[in-house]
Amino acid sequence: MEPIKTLRSRTVVLRASDVDTDQIIPARFLTTTTRSGLGAHLFADWRYGADGAPQADFVLNRPEAKGCTILVAGNNFGCGSSREHAPWALTDYGFRAVVSTQFADIFRNNSLKNGLLPIMVDPAAHGWLMEHPGADVSIDLESTTLTLPSGQSVRFPLEPFARYCLMNGVDELGFLLGRENEIQAYEARRAV
Amino acid sequence: MPPPQTLFEKVWRRHEVAAETPDTPAVLYIDLHLIHEVTSPQAFAVLRERGLPVRRPDLTFATMDHSTPTRTEQVFGGAPIAIEAAARQVRELEVNCAGFGVELLGLRHDRRGIVHIIGPELGLTQPGKTVVCGDSHTSTHGALGALAFGIGTTEVGHVLATQCLLQRKPRTLAINVSGKLAAGVTAKDLILAIIGRIGVAGGTGHVIEYRGETIAALDMDERMTVCNMSIEAGARAGMIAPDETTYAYLAHRPRAPQGEAWEKALAQWRQLPTDPGARFDKEVDIDASGLEPMVTYGTNPGMVMPISGTIPQRPDDAVFAKSLAYMGFEPGSPLAERPVNVVFVGSCTNGRLSDLRDAASLLRGRKVAPGVQMLVVPGSQQVKRDAEAEGLDKVFLEAGAQWRESGCSMCLGMNGDLVPKGQYAVSTSNRNFEGRQGVGARTLLASPLTAAASAVRGRVTDPRELM
Repeated sequence: MEPIKTLRSRTVVLRASDVDTDQIIPARFLTTTTRSGLGAHLFADWRYGADGAPQADFVLNRPEAKGCTILVAGNNFGCGSSREHAPWALTDYGFRAVVSTQFADIFRNNSLKNGLLPIMVDPAAHGWLMEHPGADVSIDLESTTLTLPSGQSVRFPLEPFARYCLMNGVDELGFLLGRENEIQAYEARRAV
Repeated sequence: MPPPQTLFEKVWRRHEVAAETPDTPAVLYIDLHLIHEVTSPQAFAVLRERGLPVRRPDLTFATMDHSTPTRTEQVFGGAPIAIEAAARQVRELEVNCAGFGVELLGLRHDRRGIVHIIGPELGLTQPGKTVVCGDSHTSTHGALGALAFGIGTTEVGHVLATQCLLQRKPRTLAINVSGKLAAGVTAKDLILAIIGRIGVAGGTGHVIEYRGETIAALDMDERMTVCNMSIEAGARAGMIAPDETTYAYLAHRPRAPQGEAWEKALAQWRQLPTDPGARFDKEVDIDASGLEPMVTYGTNPGMVMPISGTIPQRPDDAVFAKSLAYMGFEPGSPLAERPVNVVFVGSCTNGRLSDLRDAASLLRGRKVAPGVQMLVVPGSQQVKRDAEAEGLDKVFLEAGAQWRESGCSMCLGMNGDLVPKGQYAVSTSNRNFEGRQGVGARTLLASPLTAAASAVRGRVTDPRELM
């Protein structure tokens, strides 16, 4: 995984709360056996009409959304199904961070393992971001802050190990494989 | 004397290969890893890329359920699987399991079924175990006193390669339920009411323990229905302390310990329940005695109401308005008597034998209303055989419902079992998200009793009117 330390982008604002992973990537696209190419189906049922034509009023289809890598969405983003296809679709589309007031546990875990930053901010900063689509914001993992265009910075929580892995491009599987001796000792102790 | 511990804490501690530190999560050992065709292919690909074996194939168990057909001829021959990509996924799981030495209950196996139905049914799921699967409804297995939770595909790869996961310790939430459920009010209604109370993010970051006299009085099928939907409240897992009901359910199941090993296991299981005086991070009290059958009116499981009620009004909430617009419902209007197009009985929430018995009890000697399509999909091939031995299949078929092979089916519509656009489905499944059962489908979650009553009337119906 590529190390990630900072990120700067204009925002795209999705005016929806409790966005479930079925919306992020509908189940009919889960018959794939690879990780790639899911960006084409991101938010498929909101992005396209029944005839397959883009819905002009959906935020991702608007010209100003092009090139934005930070998505701002309502409370409790990523609830529902554990499908990792959701962060795969978001990153394949080009997003590197999602900003909300709360994330569902499994989605947050899956995102961190794919270099997608789940940025949980306080309701005041979140409210401002929801009201100012296209705001130019930056995210810094060293200080775990998100900086608004005004220069005001807000802190966000980030689990220390996940932060270390993101900033150094460390692969968690490699870390676990390195604990083999301890795993063997545990198995011997419990006779599993 | 050690300080009193919760059920969750006991199971967690017993599985710490390494405890968490401020800098690193715990390394948690996994006793049972269940895999299926949809969320495992990319994990096996990682093993291949890195030249790694499955570390403990003996603790890994595979089946196929999500994208598999439910039409008999597509399962047992005579017609191909209708969706080519689904057929490819099924074949890929067969190749992966054969290549890595993982036991697979394949498409035509007589014990195949929805992964969360067959784990307990076979006795693989046991009290005190850690159980994971690349599926959020893994919380179901917590009904037996296991710590069971859904994981993503990267984590599936971690468990395949190391039998371990890196995890931060979740917080604990006790849901204390008292009072007797009224006739016609089921475990499904109880869990829907709980989600309505605490909200779809009310359990985020927590493991729920369902406690109290009402929970203790539930049978195992009912307990699984409750724990199954813990994830719909955002919880990491749901657990119920093992007791005599649990042990009676597990005794003599094919993969449960037998003989001396059973006695030894039983002695350990009896140590698991939460100690008196143990503290939870949060507690919620629920009185079940006044509950009615529950039904959802919106596009998440927290948007739920008593069947005799009216849809709430939230005039200043645009997201709420959008949800009701999708459903085609007006704030302040009742749900009862609204027309229904499709009825689905099945899923890991309500696809067990007692659920089918409930549905059949209201369909016996009655007909599915004209114009209503009713699909009954048993949760496993064993449930199917057991139901047929009782003649339930005949009840469903004579009423005009369809009787299928087991699988996830119309719960998520991956296999082509879909609710048509704009139509209303009363469904015993777990999610009423937009498009969950098909593009534009409108889902009303309810119990098997409510689903069957609604099928008979062709309208959303309080099952007590037919009892």
